[in-house]
Amino acid sequence: MTPVSRGFRGRRQSTATAERLPPGQYETRDFPVLSAGPTPRTPLSAWDFLLRGADGLVARWTWDEFNALPHQTITTDIHCVTKWSKFGTVWEGISVDTLLSEAAAKGVTPSPFALAKSDGGYTTNLPLADVTGGKAMVAFIYDGAPLAPEHGGPARLLVPHLYFWKSAKWVRELRLMENDERGFWESLGYHNYGDPWREQRYAGDE
Amino acid sequence: MLDVPDWPGHRAGQHVDVRLTAEDGYQSERSYSIASAPEESRLALTVERLKDGEVSPYLTDELRSGDQLELRGPIGGYFVWEVALGGPLLLVAGGSGIVPLMAMLRHRNAAFGPDQMERRSVPARLLYSSRRWDEVIYRDELASLGKMDASLEIRHTLTRDQPEGWTGFQRRIDREMLEEVAWPPSERPQVFVCGPTSLVESVATALVELGHDAALVKTERFGPTG
Repeated sequence: MTPVSRGFRGRRQSTATAERLPPGQYETRDFPVLSAGPTPRTPLSAWDFLLRGADGLVARWTWDEFNALPHQTITTDIHCVTKWSKFGTVWEGISVDTLLSEAAAKGVTPSPFALAKSDGGYTTNLPLADVTGGKAMVAFIYDGAPLAPEHGGPARLLVPHLYFWKSAKWVRELRLMENDERGFWESLGYHNYGDPWREQRYAGDE
Repeated sequence: MLDVPDWPGHRAGQHVDVRLTAEDGYQSERSYSIASAPEESRLALTVERLKDGEVSPYLTDELRSGDQLELRGPIGGYFVWEVALGGPLLLVAGGSGIVPLMAMLRHRNAAFGPDQMERRSVPARLLYSSRRWDEVIYRDELASLGKMDASLEIRHTLTRDQPEGWTGFQRRIDREMLEEVAWPPSERPQVFVCGPTSLVESVATALVELGHDAALVKTERFGPTG
């Protein structure tokens, strides 16, 4: 039984805002920063991105090669598990679909699961189906400017239909896997999948 | 202070989700850090009132003794410290970022009891940045903890106004201050930094530049949660 909070009225949003907010979220106009440790700083000259197949074959791009791939821009709402949502964020980057088709030329074949790996040791796991079909990109431009380090620059994964911890900051590698393997927060009590519309915040949520 | 009949226990540094429900079913949720030690029987939350907030003004102004609150938690398994993890323990706080770090100090105090020898095995230092002296949260409790514990050092910095005769730091935390207060990286202190983003960002960066292992520097950034 949910107790009524005596005297609590709350601040009702407009219907338009309310419909855009997943359960338990509130809208923020800021861009809060959340990370578990210091912000890594990898110079672009040392930066590369790896797409590693389950059989160990690897496609690799330097920063310049990566930027030369066809760019995509998306405008999307993002939802953090700490309850803020931000509407209408604009990102530019390389679609994971593009990376996969480029990698296919090097013999890298798809597998059902993926683990994103970042500078600083952060990891997060996703079904491949959630980063393909136009659902995800490796983003390096936010709101028209290079992505700031505290927000994951030089590049972060962007998977906006899942809670934002899945959009790994400082991403350097996408490893394809035959079997699912839990990432950093997924091993520390957070939900394995993280759909904001089903409020899958913590392990045990349906 | 909350009585939570079926509380499963927590570790110092964790937080809870608080959910408020209006009569018509409208709900709003926020996360708050737990301030109490796991050893305490009641759960304490310290809530900073945000003028334009939705939940925090209710909790600080409206909520009364005897009211019920809906909680979910404890949450978070990374920004946690317990005595078994050892030390030295370096805590760096800005403003209300002191709350989860206070839970760690209260835990350390409760776990060791009065034995100074045991305390010495896990020395702790707190560097705490506030704007002015009357905004220092837990000011008296910190002073008395520091007085009774030879292996706990507490250093304040006041960035905006200082009382007369102030001998502590009076600037934002910078690399020199950290070098003065922190153990050298060779001691491999476990570091917890909590506060506003700008403070956490600059402190964590400076610690890594000073040679501290990034894996030992754990951060929690306090965005305002209204």
